[in-house]
Amino acid sequence: MEDTYTIMRVFAGSWGLVFMFLVFVVVILFTLRPGSRKVHQDTANIPFRHDDKPARAPLPGAQDAHLTEARQ
Amino acid sequence: MLDYVKLLILGLVAVLAAIAASYARDMIYMIHMILVMVTAAGLFLWQLRRTDEPVPAAVLEAEYMDGPVRVGVALTAFWGVVGFLVGVFIAFQLAFPELNFEWAQGYLNFGRLRPLHTSAVIFAFGGTGLLASSFYVVQRTSAARLWGGGLAWFVLWGYQFFILLAATAYVLGGSTGREYAEPEWYIDLWLTVVWVAYLLLFVGTLLKRKEPHIYVANWFYLSFIVTVAMLHVVNNLAVPVSIWGSRSVSLMSGVQDAMTQWWYGHNAVGFFLTAGFLGMMYYFIPKQAERPVYSYKLSIIHFWALIFLYIWAGPHHLHYTALPDWASTLGMVFSVVLWMPSWGGMINGLMTLSGAWDKLRTDPILRMMVTSVAFYGMSTFEGPMMSIRAVNSLSHYTDWTIGHVHSGALGWNGMITFGMLYYLVPKLWGKERLYSLRMVSWHYWLATIGIVLYAASMWVTGIMEGLMWREVDAQGFLVNSFADTVAAKFPMYVVRGLGGTMFLGGALIMSYNLWMTVRKGTAKADSTVAAPAE
Repeated sequence: MEDTYTIMRVFAGSWGLVFMFLVFVVVILFTLRPGSRKVHQDTANIPFRHDDKPARAPLPGAQDAHLTEARQ
Repeated sequence: MLDYVKLLILGLVAVLAAIAASYARDMIYMIHMILVMVTAAGLFLWQLRRTDEPVPAAVLEAEYMDGPVRVGVALTAFWGVVGFLVGVFIAFQLAFPELNFEWAQGYLNFGRLRPLHTSAVIFAFGGTGLLASSFYVVQRTSAARLWGGGLAWFVLWGYQFFILLAATAYVLGGSTGREYAEPEWYIDLWLTVVWVAYLLLFVGTLLKRKEPHIYVANWFYLSFIVTVAMLHVVNNLAVPVSIWGSRSVSLMSGVQDAMTQWWYGHNAVGFFLTAGFLGMMYYFIPKQAERPVYSYKLSIIHFWALIFLYIWAGPHHLHYTALPDWASTLGMVFSVVLWMPSWGGMINGLMTLSGAWDKLRTDPILRMMVTSVAFYGMSTFEGPMMSIRAVNSLSHYTDWTIGHVHSGALGWNGMITFGMLYYLVPKLWGKERLYSLRMVSWHYWLATIGIVLYAASMWVTGIMEGLMWREVDAQGFLVNSFADTVAAKFPMYVVRGLGGTMFLGGALIMSYNLWMTVRKGTAKADSTVAAPAE
């Protein structure tokens, strides 16, 4: 029976590595997915809204208003 | 009800601290327990006077909570000046050892002041700047007031109390000797409490956000909070010698302990000094340039790449030690790979100005921010290079490392924090503009030239020192003694001290400028900020 160190070391260098790498690749691919541009443009403009006061209440359709704005 | 709970806790803490002070086994512990007792008793009285007072009608949900940000901003400037001053003093102590005064041995000598300097700049100046800016940014980008009522005040003042305990301990000799994590066990426990409150405050605010998405700056801030919590707890696992004393023994030993320390140490750089300050960059550069970040996709990739890579880079601090080769190679490889996301982030920050480069000519604040990003790029190139084993064999233990740290800390962390302060102070106090832009320019040039002097002198002395240490004669004997290298370094140490003095001078100009902005600045015409009663 091998010692704990070796077991951990082998696992980390094989399955652990593969798992982390796959998660990373999936995250990057998800970021680059088609159709994300609109969301990202809207999000990138967050700092330019609500500079002085919090939003009143979650206005219905507020999200769409941002999106229309961002599209222009 | 909550008021009574607070009173109960404060009263208990005061009494327990009094008991602990009377049982104290050493001076540092006793002084700290007296400090805790006095603080808790004072807060008890303060709380008592407020208990059962009528609560202000609405909980001000219609306003942002900027009180803690204002205090935090002022404290950031204060700690900056203190930290830089100690830094300049210890720089001259190295050049002129007579400055280790005989009468102050054991208190104000280099060994005691050095952790005071590093903690004052990283944790007091940088940390308070991160707290204040994160409070500001998370509110604006979530369109929501800070969560948890007065929790932000607890986090801010609790953190200041941590700084006070740590700073007094260093001067009196209370240290675990773990780099950048010197505070003893009970100070660590207190920081853990404050940090968990900070996490709750931040996540609570994010959860009640009105924006559908979480802006990227908050991702960086959140990763900074979460990772620092993990690093802090694991690195400081220790057994106190006595609960009535300040000494403790690390839970780990040998190479495991060394690895834990540098896993912590390098990720303190990665998540405290990089991720946290990138949060600042991703908010304040777009705001100051008045245009959204160049590529939001790139900022997300920057984030994930940084998170996935940084955590493995620590072993590069332990080349040629008892650490297994595979581990130090792993650290080296990840450090080199890390160069890519770092430069991706730098390009993203710089390109945010595309189409607005002309602003650099007129706006010294933007110039400061852009310079900070340039220094980010420079030190994240230098770092991976130094992590390569062959380069490290020359650079390790030399002043090159010190130069590298300072080009990152002064250039990147310092400059982005100055930019943040210049942006925030007029905003927070409802002023039209800063008191003087000429002073900002003076600050900019003093700081930049100061950093260049600092970094250049440390490159020269570091490489010289490394070459002198490894020089052997024909018989294989070492040519230079250690004292030879110390003597040869003298001119560069003086230049380094001068660079630091210029940097400090710039910070003093900034403090005066900010003070005058608050005192004398013209109020904004349609001042909506008008400091709500808090």
